[in-house]
Amino acid sequence: MRDVAIVSFAQHASRREESRNEIEILLPVVREALAPTGLTSQDMGFTISGSSDYLAGQAFAFVQALDAVGPWPPISESHVEMDGAFALYEAWVRLQHGDIDTALVYCFGKSSPGDVARVLSLQLEPYVLGPLWPDAVSLAALQARALLDAGQVTEKDLARVVARSRRNALGNPYAQLRGEYDEASLLEEPLYADPLRMHDCPPVSDGAAVMVLAAGDRARELSEHPVWIRGIDHRIDIQAPGSRDLTTSPSTRLAGQKAGVTKDIDIAELHAPFSHQELILTDALGLDETTTTINPSGGALASNPVMVAGLVRIGEAAMRLQAGEGHRAVAHATSGPLLQQNLVCVLEGQS
Amino acid sequence: MEFAYTRSTGPVVGAFLTGLRDRKVLGAKDSTGRTVVPPPEYDASSAAPIEASTLVEVGQEGTVTSWSWNPVPRLGNPFDVPFAWALVRLDGADTSLLHALDAPRDTITTGMRVKVRWAAETVGFINDIACFEPVAS
Repeated sequence: MRDVAIVSFAQHASRREESRNEIEILLPVVREALAPTGLTSQDMGFTISGSSDYLAGQAFAFVQALDAVGPWPPISESHVEMDGAFALYEAWVRLQHGDIDTALVYCFGKSSPGDVARVLSLQLEPYVLGPLWPDAVSLAALQARALLDAGQVTEKDLARVVARSRRNALGNPYAQLRGEYDEASLLEEPLYADPLRMHDCPPVSDGAAVMVLAAGDRARELSEHPVWIRGIDHRIDIQAPGSRDLTTSPSTRLAGQKAGVTKDIDIAELHAPFSHQELILTDALGLDETTTTINPSGGALASNPVMVAGLVRIGEAAMRLQAGEGHRAVAHATSGPLLQQNLVCVLEGQS
Repeated sequence: MEFAYTRSTGPVVGAFLTGLRDRKVLGAKDSTGRTVVPPPEYDASSAAPIEASTLVEVGQEGTVTSWSWNPVPRLGNPFDVPFAWALVRLDGADTSLLHALDAPRDTITTGMRVKVRWAAETVGFINDIACFEPVAS
C-alpha cells in the first residue's frame, strides 16, 4: 500500500445560506484548501466530489459544481452521490494505482431550501418503506427508543452528549450551534419526535469542504505536517431498519477493526447527526471517553451540512493532529438511514 | 418535475405485495432460520437469492418493538395529522415491519399488541396496510 496523507483541508462555516448557490459557497473553500499547497486544480492527478442531486432538486447538479474547480482544459474527475468522506475513499483507492500523486476531494450540500428530513426518505428501500415517506427524524427516534428500551442508555446520557457537543463547538468557528447548556435544563425541554427532543436532532446546515491528498514523498513536499491515513474501511448493514438490531452498529465495529482502531486513540470525530447515535458509535469502536476526546469540534449535532459532515469529521481530526493536539485519531462518516453505512479511518500525525 | 419510472418489483417483493393485495402478510425464511418480514430478495447473511416458493404467511397481529412520534406529518405519510410510527414484529416473524400506528400517543408502549388494519381496497402496494391499530383488550 502507498502511504497517503491529508496535506490540506478547508471548510465553509455552516449556516443557512439564503443567497449564495453551491458554486459560490464552494469556490472560496477550494481556493483556501489549495493555497497552502501552492498547487492549482489543474495540477491535481484526480478530482472527485461528493454531493446529492436530491438536495439541489436537479439531475446532474454535481456537473455544474465543477465550475468551482475549473474543469477546462479537461481534468480527470469522478463523483459519488454520497458524503465527501466516501469520495475521499475513492481518491485513496485511485492514489493506490501509483500513477498519480495528488488528489482533490470536495463536497457540498444545501439542505435549507427544502425539507431535508423528507428529502432523506428518498434514500430508503423504494417498495415497502419509501412509499410511506418516513422522515429521517422519525426514523432516528425509533432507533433512540430501541436504545432507551434496551436499558443501554438513559435520557440523561443523550443530554450529556448534546451539552458536550455545544460546549466543544464554542471553540469551533465553523459550527452552527454552540453554547453552555446544563444537562438538567436540557431534559426540561419538551419532547419533539418522542423520545427525541429538538436538541437531540441536528441543525439544518448548508456547507462545503475541500481536502487535498498526496502520496508518499509528494505529501512531505507539500506539507510540513502531513497527516497520514493509516487505515480506511467502509462497511454496510442490512437496509431494512426492522431487520437489524438498531441498538448496535456491526458495520462500524467491523470497519473499525479493519481500519486498525486501537485503544491509543487521542481524538475521535464521529459522524452522529443524532445524540443517541454517538453512543452507538463510541461503543462500536470501543472508545473510552476518559482517554479519547470525542468530537472536539462539536460534531454533526453542532453543524450538519448533509453530504459534507462526514468529510468534515476527517478534516477536523486531521487539523487537530496537525496542530499537535494528539498523535493518533479516528474519524468516522455515515451514510444511509440509521447508520446503515459506515466508514472509519485512522489518522496519524508526524511522530 | 418527476421522472415516471416503472419498476419491476422482483419475485420476492412482488409476491409480498401480491400477498398484501390478498390481505395476507408473507415472510421469507433466511439462511439463519429467521422469518424475515418484509422479505428481501437476497439473504442478508449468505447473499443467496431468496426463493419465492419458500415464503410463509405470518400473523396479522404482532408486538410493537419500537415506536416514535411524528410531530410533522409529511406529504405521502399514512396520516395528515401527527401520528406514531411503529416497528411491529408480527406473530411468526423474527423481524419488524415499519408502518404507522393509529393510537393516542399516551397509550402507546413498546410491547403493546397491535394488528393490521387493511385499506378499504387492496391493490398490491404497501399502503394496502392502512396502518396498525391496537388489539382490543
